[in-house]
Amino acid sequence: MNAPVNPDSKPIPLSELPVVWTDKEKHRFKVARRSFVDPDILKTEYETIFSKCWLYLGHESELVKPGDFVTRIVAKRSILFTRDASGKIKAMFNTCPHRGAQVCRERKGNAKSFQCFYHGWVFGSDGKLKSQPGAECYPDDFNADGQADLVPVPRLDSYRGFWFICFDAGVQSLPDYLAGAKEWIDIVADQSETMMTLVGGTQEYQIRANWKLLTENSIDGYHAINTHATYVDYLKNSQGSMSPVPFDGTGYDLGNGHAVIEYRAPWGRPVAQWIPLWGEEGKVELEKVHNRLIERFGKERADRIAYSNRNMFIFPNLVINDIMAITVRTYYPTAPDAMQVFGWALAPNEESAWARKYRLSNFLEFLGPGGFATPDDVEALEQCQRGFEAMLEAPWSDISKGMKKEKVNYDDELQMRSFWTQWQAATKATAAPKGGDR
Amino acid sequence: MSTLTIATVTREQVEDFMFLEAEILDEWRLKEWLTLFTADATYNVPATDVAANASPDSALFYVADDRFRLEQRVERLLKRTAHAEFPRSKTRHLVSNVRIRSRSETELDVGAAVLTYRTKMGLTETYIGSYRYRLVVQDGKLLIHEKRCILDMDGLKPNGRISIIL
Repeated sequence: MNAPVNPDSKPIPLSELPVVWTDKEKHRFKVARRSFVDPDILKTEYETIFSKCWLYLGHESELVKPGDFVTRIVAKRSILFTRDASGKIKAMFNTCPHRGAQVCRERKGNAKSFQCFYHGWVFGSDGKLKSQPGAECYPDDFNADGQADLVPVPRLDSYRGFWFICFDAGVQSLPDYLAGAKEWIDIVADQSETMMTLVGGTQEYQIRANWKLLTENSIDGYHAINTHATYVDYLKNSQGSMSPVPFDGTGYDLGNGHAVIEYRAPWGRPVAQWIPLWGEEGKVELEKVHNRLIERFGKERADRIAYSNRNMFIFPNLVINDIMAITVRTYYPTAPDAMQVFGWALAPNEESAWARKYRLSNFLEFLGPGGFATPDDVEALEQCQRGFEAMLEAPWSDISKGMKKEKVNYDDELQMRSFWTQWQAATKATAAPKGGDR
Repeated sequence: MSTLTIATVTREQVEDFMFLEAEILDEWRLKEWLTLFTADATYNVPATDVAANASPDSALFYVADDRFRLEQRVERLLKRTAHAEFPRSKTRHLVSNVRIRSRSETELDVGAAVLTYRTKMGLTETYIGSYRYRLVVQDGKLLIHEKRCILDMDGLKPNGRISIIL
């Protein structure tokens, strides 16, 4: 059942089939592996997805004081993300309007202004040109139209502390774009009464695999038992590290390619599922956190925030996983078979030192390239990429799990189908290049 | 030969100890490797954008193991289901520039440079960094109280994981 066929059983040329091929009656959902290996597809993705969609830039907690700045690569462009002198958040392209050099070469810091080291032009933290050597050689109205300022990103907006940019000025509003994902972001943002905050430190790594494989993997409940067998062993070995809760839950399509799985799991959650390992001190602490959630939101929502886990995906490349800790993760393709990944830990600003310590400990047990689980995900993705070398003879991947069900489980593949359906609508790519199957 | 004490241990003796550890790691004798640590030992690899002496209680690391988790890490790595290390990679730890930076009554603070190569599936990747060890003497033997590997890298590029012991 590797290649879709017409009802009359004549094979359809791959170049006439979309990458994402579905037969709803037969409950089949196929993705052409060309999409993971072809450089033309990557080019199309940069044009139709990364240049058109809202993309995650950073978190408000990274810019606390006026003058705070972060530089970050977003879809290959270096972006200068600042809080200006008046406290307003700005995002500019980090390239001198004069001759192009990157104006800021530090990852983060606090500065009143940025001086381009090449010819010495100076810009404020709002991106406005403040001075340039030899100003007398330019007309008085040289910057009257702002063309000598750092170029601002076409669109910048935030939702509950998460800042996004878009390179397409005509894009729909961020709230419209986020669609059904907003109320799920709320569940994460509501875990703090002041502000959720990124804990210092970035996990930054490269995976030799196509970026879409990490999208699939980040919201995949199906692989856990196999891929993460040693993590589950570890939980069993650690005395008191599990609460008596079975894995159980559901997946949801949130619109615009966003998706989430929500499920119960036995691990401890700093907000707020207690495990015996955390002792009496932890029990008191977590009851306090939980009671406060009940005061603020009522018991039903408080229980949902505290006890449910969420792996959330926001199209095209943002993952917010609220599991044994909260990770915010974004990633970009650098080649068809390589991606750059950035991972952070998110936490309530006001949580106690006790909770922060256990949160980070929980995070490292599972998450990140030194954890007990993520390295095996990386291995799985790289093995898939190697498998795609046989793309001509084995051209399809299958993402059908759960299609025949009315209500899917968290370990079905609905959420990946949401992603792929949106991806297909954006790229309109075919299973083989037009003009010839190769 | 006189008994090893913190007051008298030499750099050469520290080097011997660290070279032995490297050999044990490269030969995947991981259970034996655990015997080089104290009962309250820690093993830490900070993220590459936090201070070298940051605390894992308040900053994001790649690895922050206490003794229990260190043992679990070893147990995991020796299983077939530790997929990232099945089949096992070949590694080579090159330890150099070993120096006793300071010496208290109970501990040595040791610095060193380390290059670790990991080869798997036809690819070789390099981990570049420095070591900071806090060493103690128990029953006349050197033991590791804290091992910290500080990577001199901008993230883990191209190596997407720390699935071996650095």
